[in-house]
Amino acid sequence: MSELTYRDALNLALKEEMRRDPSVVVFGEDVALYEGSFKVTRGLLAEFGEERVKDTPISENTIVGVAVGAAMGGLRPVAELMTVNFALLAMDQIVNHMAKVRSMFGGQTHLPMVVRMPGGGGSQLGAQHSQSLESYFMHCPGLRIAYPATPADAKGLLKTAIRDPNPVIFLEHELLYNSKGEVPDDPEFLVPFGKANVVREGSDVTVVAYARMTVLALQAATELAKEGISCEVIDLRTLNPLDVETFVASVRKTGRAVVVEECWRTAGLGGDLAHRIHEACFDTLRAPVRRVAGLDVPMPYSREIEKLCIPRVETIAAAVRDVLAASV
Amino acid sequence: METKLRAVLPDHELVKLYEQMVIGREFEEACAEQYTKGHITGFLHLYSGQEAVAVGATAGLHKDDYILSAYREHAQAIVRGAEPKRVMAELFGKATGLCKGKGGSMHLFAPELSFMGGYAIVGGQLPVACGLAFSAKYRQEDRITACFFGDGAVNQGTFHESLNWARLWELPVLFVCENNFYGIGTEVHRSSALPTVHKRTCGYDIPSEKVDGMDVVAVFKAVKYAAEKVRESGRPYFIEATTYRFRGHSMADPAKYRSAAEHEIWKSRDPIPAFARRLLDEGIAAEEELEAIRKRCTATVQDAVTFAEESPWPEDRQIWEDIYV
Ligand SMILES: Cc1ncc(C[n+]2csc(CCOP(=O)(O)OP(=O)(O)O)c2C)c(N)n1
Ligand SMILES: [Mg+2]
Repeated sequence: MSELTYRDALNLALKEEMRRDPSVVVFGEDVALYEGSFKVTRGLLAEFGEERVKDTPISENTIVGVAVGAAMGGLRPVAELMTVNFALLAMDQIVNHMAKVRSMFGGQTHLPMVVRMPGGGGSQLGAQHSQSLESYFMHCPGLRIAYPATPADAKGLLKTAIRDPNPVIFLEHELLYNSKGEVPDDPEFLVPFGKANVVREGSDVTVVAYARMTVLALQAATELAKEGISCEVIDLRTLNPLDVETFVASVRKTGRAVVVEECWRTAGLGGDLAHRIHEACFDTLRAPVRRVAGLDVPMPYSREIEKLCIPRVETIAAAVRDVLAASV
Repeated sequence: METKLRAVLPDHELVKLYEQMVIGREFEEACAEQYTKGHITGFLHLYSGQEAVAVGATAGLHKDDYILSAYREHAQAIVRGAEPKRVMAELFGKATGLCKGKGGSMHLFAPELSFMGGYAIVGGQLPVACGLAFSAKYRQEDRITACFFGDGAVNQGTFHESLNWARLWELPVLFVCENNFYGIGTEVHRSSALPTVHKRTCGYDIPSEKVDGMDVVAVFKAVKYAAEKVRESGRPYFIEATTYRFRGHSMADPAKYRSAAEHEIWKSRDPIPAFARRLLDEGIAAEEELEAIRKRCTATVQDAVTFAEESPWPEDRQIWEDIYV
């Protein structure tokens, strides 16, 4: 084990996979010479050279499209979009190509590719740079989606993503890059897709979260424990495949659930998770599932109001108290 | 031989160009300080070094010509007439800001000045500019649309689509590429197959020219000529202004990818002292007058900071306002 930041854990995953497999190539805006705008690709150009680590023009749709073609041709591209917001310019290649190619061509080809992108709000970057678009990707069949909460998962999930034969949207949270944690040194350490992590056991309420929302949910659980409320916190790790079994089993045990998502509430992924819980746990639920989500507004810049638009420890804790109060 | 300044503009207008460049620079340097103090948060992209482009170009346009820009647009807005204090308040995220604190540094907007916005998606403003030009043409308004963007934007689909569209629909758009030779850390020849940006327009049959973006009068002349062409012909025109940003891409960028020597060469061409020398040499202004201007600009910017500091934050309920009409 070594203590690493989320950023360095991702960096290590890239390096290990590039050492292991010469078909892994990395490209994106400012990833090579500048070493990434969030420095996740630091040292890659120096170690692997410009044939394998390449800067691209500011052409997001084509970045993803080139990755699709390269994957079809037998490489394992790991493309970086500078932030998730710019994935909106690449939605054609992501949704119409990356997600479709395999099934549309009757399973005759597959795309072992990863598109990495940092996202999330909370840094006063304004409406065009603060979005959480995980629900957009989750809505589209054909994509795998990973979104790590810890440095260890960052490493293990990215390595799995690179080895996975399917196209993977790999989300990274901008506010987690500096977070630290123990990370296994083993170059064969992998975190499997579709296995949610019960990060805290509890008996009163299940809190389902992912990425930074998991971090906040754990803090809320610590606060609530002081009030004698016991939360079970589940980190989904991957949004596709979605480990329904794990959170359903937890809710069957606790009888109550709060679902936390950073994206906008309306048509957000939390609605889908809540529905799955209602369907599977109707007989044992003691209260309707609560949702904590981003407010349905374009993100304002001003920090004093921006913070109100994103789930917080307080809003998660309040939802847990609410669900307990509403219990039959 | 350089043209004599007086052959281009009357004295007071030349001096005004100087003043506008100075206020642009002072404003940006104050922003850097306020960012360091934590009063300005988020991304902050400063314009220092590029002032001659915004100032020269704005002077070459009519007052009601539309202007759109990217996220490095504080000086653009101020030169167009936005009050420095309301721009600073926006950067502080205060309710008195140009966009009530909702936009921030990258998203200034002042429709009463025909300043139609700063956009933070690279290349996002080009189609919007075409749309504004279309509306002006349709409504038979005598106004053109000037659209500013960087060298990094020319590889977006929207760049190519907008150039084609503007020529096809005969839209009065003046495209102005501010080529500062870098898109974040990537030098233009590493991102563009044809790094001489203005030559790219031949595929769209749009006339283009390159101008020294460190020379405010050269920019003024080029834009004035181009704007007249656009107005007369109702067709697009394209200017590439070569320039340099003296700071990193944003406050978070130490700009290690540029050599000190390169930086020095461009610093020696700083558009502000260069223009001051010409004003003095040609007897258009005296040193005391320029000094008074600098003092005045410093005071204006200081007032802007005080105004921003003292302004209230937006109220919580404002989160829900201004989304739908
Ligand atoms: C669609 C999109 N992709 C990437 C970015 C991130 N980004 C912000 S500025 C920038 C470089 C743009 O360079 P240029 O157009 O030359 O403008 P300059 O910053 O030099 O003024 C990049 C890649 C973005 N904002 N939008
Ligand atoms: Mg540039």
